Parts: sequence; C-alpha cells; structure tokens
Amino acid sequence: MVKREWIYAWALLLPAFVFLITFTHLPAVQTLINSLYTTPKGRRAAMFTGLGNYQQMLSDPVFLKAMVNSGIYALVTILASILLALAMALLVHRSFRGVGLMRMSFFTPTVLPLIAVANIWLFFYAPGFGLIDQIRVFFGLASANYAGQPDTALYAVAAVTIWKEAGFFMIFFLAALQTVPETLREAAAIEGCSRWTFFRRVTLPLIMPTTLFVSVNAVINAFRLVDHVFVMTKGGPDNASMLLLYYIFETGFRYWDTAYAGALTMVLIAILAAVGIGQFFLADKRVHYR
Amino acid sequence: MKLRNVFFASSALVALASGASALDLEFYFPVAVGGAAADTIQSLTEEYMSLNEGVNIEAIYTGSYADTTTKAITAVRGGNAPQLIISLSTDMFTFIDEDMIVAWDDFVTEDEQKDWIGGFYSAFMANSQTEGKTWGIPFQRSTPVLYWNKEAFAAAGLNPDQGPANWAEMVEMGKALTVKDDAGNVTQWGVHIPSSGFPSWLWTGVVAGNAGKLADQSGTKVSFNSDEAVGALEALVALSTTDEVMAPGILDWGGTPKAFFDGQAAMIWTTTGNLTNVRTNAPFDFGVGFLPGLTQNGAPTGGGNFYLIKGSDQAELQGAADFVKWVTAPEQAAKWTIATGYVAPRPDVWETETMKAYTADFPQALVARDQLEFAVPELSTFEGPKVTQTLNSALESAITGQASPRDALDGAQAAAEAILKPYF
Amino acid sequence: MMQDTALDRILMRSGGALLALLWFVPLAYAIWAAFHPAAFEARFDLTAPLTLGNFSAAWQQAPFARYFLNTFLLVAMILAAQLVLCTLAAFAFARLSFPGKSILFALILLQLLVMPDILLVENYKTMRALGLVDSILAIGLPYFASGFAIFLLRQTFMTIPKELDEAARIEGCSLLGVLWRVYVPLGKPAMLAFGLVSVSHHWNNFLWPLIITNSVETRPLTVGLSIFATTDSGTSWAVINAATLMTAAPLLLGFLLFQRQFVQSFMRAGIK
Repeated sequence: MVKREWIYAWALLLPAFVFLITFTHLPAVQTLINSLYTTPKGRRAAMFTGLGNYQQMLSDPVFLKAMVNSGIYALVTILASILLALAMALLVHRSFRGVGLMRMSFFTPTVLPLIAVANIWLFFYAPGFGLIDQIRVFFGLASANYAGQPDTALYAVAAVTIWKEAGFFMIFFLAALQTVPETLREAAAIEGCSRWTFFRRVTLPLIMPTTLFVSVNAVINAFRLVDHVFVMTKGGPDNASMLLLYYIFETGFRYWDTAYAGALTMVLIAILAAVGIGQFFLADKRVHYR
Repeated sequence: MKLRNVFFASSALVALASGASALDLEFYFPVAVGGAAADTIQSLTEEYMSLNEGVNIEAIYTGSYADTTTKAITAVRGGNAPQLIISLSTDMFTFIDEDMIVAWDDFVTEDEQKDWIGGFYSAFMANSQTEGKTWGIPFQRSTPVLYWNKEAFAAAGLNPDQGPANWAEMVEMGKALTVKDDAGNVTQWGVHIPSSGFPSWLWTGVVAGNAGKLADQSGTKVSFNSDEAVGALEALVALSTTDEVMAPGILDWGGTPKAFFDGQAAMIWTTTGNLTNVRTNAPFDFGVGFLPGLTQNGAPTGGGNFYLIKGSDQAELQGAADFVKWVTAPEQAAKWTIATGYVAPRPDVWETETMKAYTADFPQALVARDQLEFAVPELSTFEGPKVTQTLNSALESAITGQASPRDALDGAQAAAEAILKPYF
Repeated sequence: MMQDTALDRILMRSGGALLALLWFVPLAYAIWAAFHPAAFEARFDLTAPLTLGNFSAAWQQAPFARYFLNTFLLVAMILAAQLVLCTLAAFAFARLSFPGKSILFALILLQLLVMPDILLVENYKTMRALGLVDSILAIGLPYFASGFAIFLLRQTFMTIPKELDEAARIEGCSLLGVLWRVYVPLGKPAMLAFGLVSVSHHWNNFLWPLIITNSVETRPLTVGLSIFATTDSGTSWAVINAATLMTAAPLLLGFLLFQRQFVQSFMRAGIK
C-alpha cells in the first residue's frame, strides 16, 4: 500500500532528481558505458573492448605515477590544511584588536579564482626574479626553481592548495568552536587544567563531527582541485606533478581519448566513493547518536 | 519542464528566423597574444561584413588554443559545428582523425590554387598539407628568435650590435655574460631557453640547427633518437651543466620576457609573438637574431591556421572560404601582423606600403621573415598531443637530470612508435 | 579565562599575525602589481609611481560591465534554484520515511564525487537538444540540484526538534506549511553559509561557461578574464592582477562587510 507520506516525499524529491539525473547520472552512466569501448574517431567507429581500457592502465607509467602523486598530494594537503585550519580557528575565535583583519586574511584565498592566483604563485616560485628567490638572495642563499624541479614541483603545487583551503575550513572550525560552552571553560580554569589538556579533553571531542565533515571535503578537494596545475606545471616536469584528475583532463580534452578518460574517471570515482562514502556514514552515525 | 523546453526551443527558432540573412557564419578564434588581437579580429570581420552585404560572420573568442580545440571538438560532437576556426597548425592530424575538417581544395578555383594557396611561405605550408590536400591556411603564425640585451653585451665587453651567429658563439658569449655576486650566486645568466609546458617547440629548432628532423609529412613516423636529435639535447642540457650559462631546471615560458626585462638573462629564446611586448617593455636597447644553430641555421614554425569545419552546407563553407581569402590578402594580413607581431605568412604582404613603413621603423621585425628560409615544421603527427607530450616529458627528464639525453629520447621514440602503431 | 600569562598571549598573537601576514602575501602582491607600472612587477621599490593604467587597460580589453551583469545573473539564478530544489529534497530526507530512501540518498552523495567537467561533452549534447547553447540558463542548469546543499540542509533539518513541527501540525499546518514556517526560518543560517560557498564557486567557474557560451551577452567574468592569461607573448602580470582584483572585488568586499554574519551563520548552521 502506498502511504500518503511516501507520495509527499517523492514529490518533494522529484524536481531535484530531474536535474540530478539529467545532468549528472545519465552522463555518468554514459561515461561508464563509453569506458568499455574504444574511442571512436571520425574514421574509425568505437569497438567493444570490455575491460581493455582498464587493463591498459596497469601498463601506463603516467597513470601509475599519477596515482602515487595523488596519494602524496592528498596526504599532504589534507593533513596540513586541516591542522592549519584548526590552528587558525583557535587563534581568531575570540575577539581582540585586529581579529577581523586576521580572519579576512585567512579567508581571502577562498574567494579568489584559482586560475588567477596560480599566476601569482608562479611569480613567487620563479627562479631569479621571483619573490621567494629575491628573499633567498637577500639571505645569501642560492637561487631555487621550486616549480621547475621534479623533487619540489608536487609540493609547490600542494602549497597553493593548502593556502587556498585552510581558510575555508577555518570557517567550519570557527563555527564549531563557538559551541564549546563558556561554563566548561570556566570550570576548567578553576580546576587549573592546562590549555592543552582542555583542548584535548573538551574541545577536540566536541568538534570531532566538524573535523569529519571537513575531512570529507578535504579528501574530495584533494582530488578535485587541479585548476592551478594547468597554469603552474601542466603536470611536469616529466610528470612529477601529474595528478589523477589532471591526467583525466589531458587524456579527455588534449588527446581526445575519451574512452580511456572515462575509464580513468571510473577509477577516480571508485577511490572517492570508497573514502568519501565511508566517512559520510561514519559522520552520519555521530550526528545520529549524539 | 517540458513546456519550458518547447518555449525555449521555439524562441530560439524565432530568433534564428528573424535574424536570418543570406549567410550566417560562425568563426571560433583563440587569442594567444593579449587582448588587442581580439579587437583586430573583430574589426577585420566587421569590415568584411560591411563590404559584403548579406554575409553575417559571428567571430567568437574562444580562449587559448587548447580551449579553442576543446570547444570546437565539443561543438562538433554536439552537432553544432561552426564553419570556421583558427587553431594550432599541429592539430591538423587530430582534426583529420576526428573527421571534422574539409580540405580547402574544393573551395578554390584553379587560379586561386596556384596564386593564393601557392603564395604562402612553403615553411608554413609544410604542416598545412598532407595526403596531397591543403587542410589549413596559415594566419597567426610565428617562429622563435633570439633576443639579446645590448646594454648587457656592452657591459660584458662584447659588441652590442652583434648577436651570436651559432651555438658555439652563444655559449662563448653566454660565459662572458654570466655574472656572479660575491657569494658566488648568479645574478645574470647568459642565456634563457624556456622549457615549461612545451619544451619540444624550441628544441625542434636546436635539432633543425643540427641538421636533424623529428617527423615526416605523413604524420605517422617520428625519429626522436637520431644522432642529430641526441646531440641537440646534449647541447641543450650542457648549457646548465658543463657550460653553466643557463639556470638549471625547467624555466617558465611566461616568465621569460620578464627575466629579460629584469636583467636576469642577457639572451632569451622566445616567439616573434613577443616582439611588440619586448619593444614596449624592455628598458634597454635590444637586438633580434636567428636561433643560433649547432651546425646550420634552423628554427621551427608555430602558431595557428584557418580550418574549415565539416557539418555545414556547401554554400556556407564557400562563404567562410571567401572570407579567409579576403582576410589573408596583403592589406588585411599586414594590419594583423602589425597589431600582433605574428609573421606575415605570404611574401606579397611584406611588399605592401604599410608593411614597408612598419619594417623601416622597426627592422627587427624582418628577422623572423628572413629566418623562414631555414624553417622546419613544428612537430605534428597523428595523436599529436599525446606524441608531443611523450617527447616533452622526455625532454624535461633530461633537462632536470633524471635521465641521460640518449636514454630519454630512446624511451620517447619507443613510446611514440607504440602510439602511432595503428596509423601505419 | 584560563591561566594565560601575558607572554603566552603575546606569543600566540604574534604567531597568528605572522601566519595571517603569510596568508595575505599573494593578495598583497596582486594589489602591488595592479597599482604599479609593469616595470615594477618584480621590483619592490617603495618610491615606485602609482597608476590606474592597468585597470583601464584591463577594462578596455573586454566588456567587463556586461560580464559583471552576466555573472551576477548567473550566480543569483543558480543560488535561487539550488535553495528551492535542495530545501525540498533535504526536507524529505530529514523528516519523511519512504521506500528507497537510502538508495536515493546515495545517489545524491554520488553527485558530490562526480566531476561535472568530465561530463562536458554529454551535457553539451543535452543543451543542444534543449536549444539552450549560448544562454546563461545553460551555464546554470547542471548545477541547479546540488548534492552538497541537500546534504548540508538535511544535516541542519535533522537537528531541529521534532516537537516544533508537531506543534505546527496541531495548529493545522500542511506539510509544506511546516517546511515554510518552521524549517526554512531555522535553516536560514545554513542556507546563508551554503550561499557563500555556491556564489564563490560559480563566480569563479571557468571551463563549462567557456564551452557553452558564444557571445558577450552570456559570458561570465572568468571567461573574460582568461583573455589576459596569454601564452605566446609572455605574461603581463600587472594587467592580469588588475583584472583579477576587479573580478574578485565584489566577493572580497562582500566578505569584508558581512564576515560576522557569515561566521555566525556557519556557527548556527548545524555543521558542528
């Protein structure tokens, strides 16, 4: 028997799902199907190849390199941006002179277009006349080429991501910190417990759900934020800063090998689904049983 | 939802019908040299429309070359192709492979075949023709040249009016021009050859200067690891290792003019597309010369061609072709060259009064034209972006010292052959 | 307060100031480069002459006024659609029970993971079929239903005590009435928080707008901005930075003016 509540629910969901299915799910399913065929070229039709595109990955050195790089990149950017965001939030969640400016400064990277700021960072990294090099020369150090050397390029790109994200995540922590009751703080002060103990025993558990929420976003962003790679390194030198999404892009829109790009996309979605959905349900439980 | 679609579809139809003139054409163009170029294209298009009643050309700015290719292929696959685009000359094989362009031969008379298509510099036609047909019409074409800082030359005791004639001289002068401070850190490098993103372009020039050739005109064969090519890469790597006249690592392309203006590098290699930029912004006198070769003169061509896109009827494509004939004619091409710094693609353009006046005032602009005699086509093959990326990665690994030049190029050759296998 | 010594406080504040300064450097550089002639892009000389020339150069090279209008219409349209569609959906997920709930919710979460850029060609075909190529509506359509918004609003709605909507029902409110009278007012902070994220994202989105638009009448700012980041002639940082500041100015000003409200809305947004 169909209940009235069900009808309401489905009716409420219908408009959103029309859009979701038209512009996300159907195209995504099409991509999945395409990944089982060869790329059609004007002169050669697509042929069914089953898992051929997926097998190709195993012997594709650029793909393997991109996987390793993405792993490092994710680890570095997630850890650093969350820790920094928390530190920033702890710094600015009480008011003092200049706190508004400080918040502003942490937050501005969020509203600046990544493509444009990438150009600014490129100038910072430029050997010779770049800002960092000017400072290095001032202190008598040798010139360095951060974006142009294979051992530093990936971290040069990661630094931009951290800079861009930390301020955004700070907002979430800031919101969470305001919920720590002032009475607890006073009680702790009377008991004479140290700032660190209070943070570890009271603050941290209270902001745990936020940390989970933020880390979900950080994981997704670690794989999604690649705009600056286009400007800064194009995945080079010699694929040293090649990330999975950038490789998908290159394969799909530079090489026009859409089938292989589709297969790579499926790998990316699988990774994100495994990590992301796992965290979602973990986070969800916390909210439920609070 | 559905009703709304009908509404939008029908209003689009109405708009089409009411605005319809005899010929409506769409034309995608990229801009790779700053905003002024976009204005010039727009004004040329408007001029053509005012001369030709009933022709309506919508010139659509489409970002960089890469963005333009992306947009064009997306539009073709989406069934909404423009008639005309400008894109990289090296995209020819990709477009043929996508079966999205038509050859120009069907849209020109026999006389035009000879006088118009035959009137372009052969260096530019080299990667505009294959399979006995003409697929691209050269328009915003460039070639790299060497710029030198005359003040720095004088300060180093060199003749400021004489650039390096060959590679050995460039290294020699580079040593004199490399300046270190008391702590031993370099404050001015002798030479700066950018290597970010697409190092293969300038390196093609080094190979040509060593009497080597990277690909044939069929687009299916490459020779990345010939002795000439390996020698060219060894020479390039040596600049920052044994010769110590160039900063180590990958040098950014966009920052190259900046390094020149700020005195970080006394000689730079970059495109003629930078002429106007250098002329406006260099705070010192500068010279322009051929790329110094290892054994002979040589330089690649670069830049964009006009392509006719499949999917429109014959009359529309003919209309687009007629516009291209007009816009590449001497007077129009001269305007374009002067506004942007691109190399005029036909000898007769340089004969116009406008160009003569321009070059009399700015003789450096002639260097690119004179170098065309020694020019080779930019690397262009089927699966072009993939093959070129393979080569770029190999060059980067050699430049950053990850692999020896020979190993890097052997690897690139093997990878490229594997990619090109289906095309033999 | 806790036993902060004066030294503690000074150390923390100065550490914070240092971090803030570090974070501000890129914007500071953009301001420096935008207001000085190109010759001072990499030379930090306090006596360098100031100029507005870069702004006028940028302004002249593209019809920015029209681009501002397009961008404004775009983000406003997307935000309005998102709020309506996602509030309805989030309400269903938060308060109603129905078959297929978890599968449908998983489908929503999936949208968080799929990169819309990868679906360019397919979405272009759809727009072509709808006859919408080169319209502001087409730039926005794929983003109308946002998985992020549904997730965020659902979380918020779930924290609202059930007693409130039971009380409203007893007073004779319909289901939609409850949503409108109880949930929407209490969900406002979350909506504001989401609004900030949505606006700044779509203000800065580039690739899809470039592909789907053909004319000045529909193009957003980012596409106009890309005209300056040229490859062949080297980068004119002065003009790029002027153009960047111009396009980002409304968002920067908005945050400067409303930062307290933003932070407070996040605070009350239920994302705790």
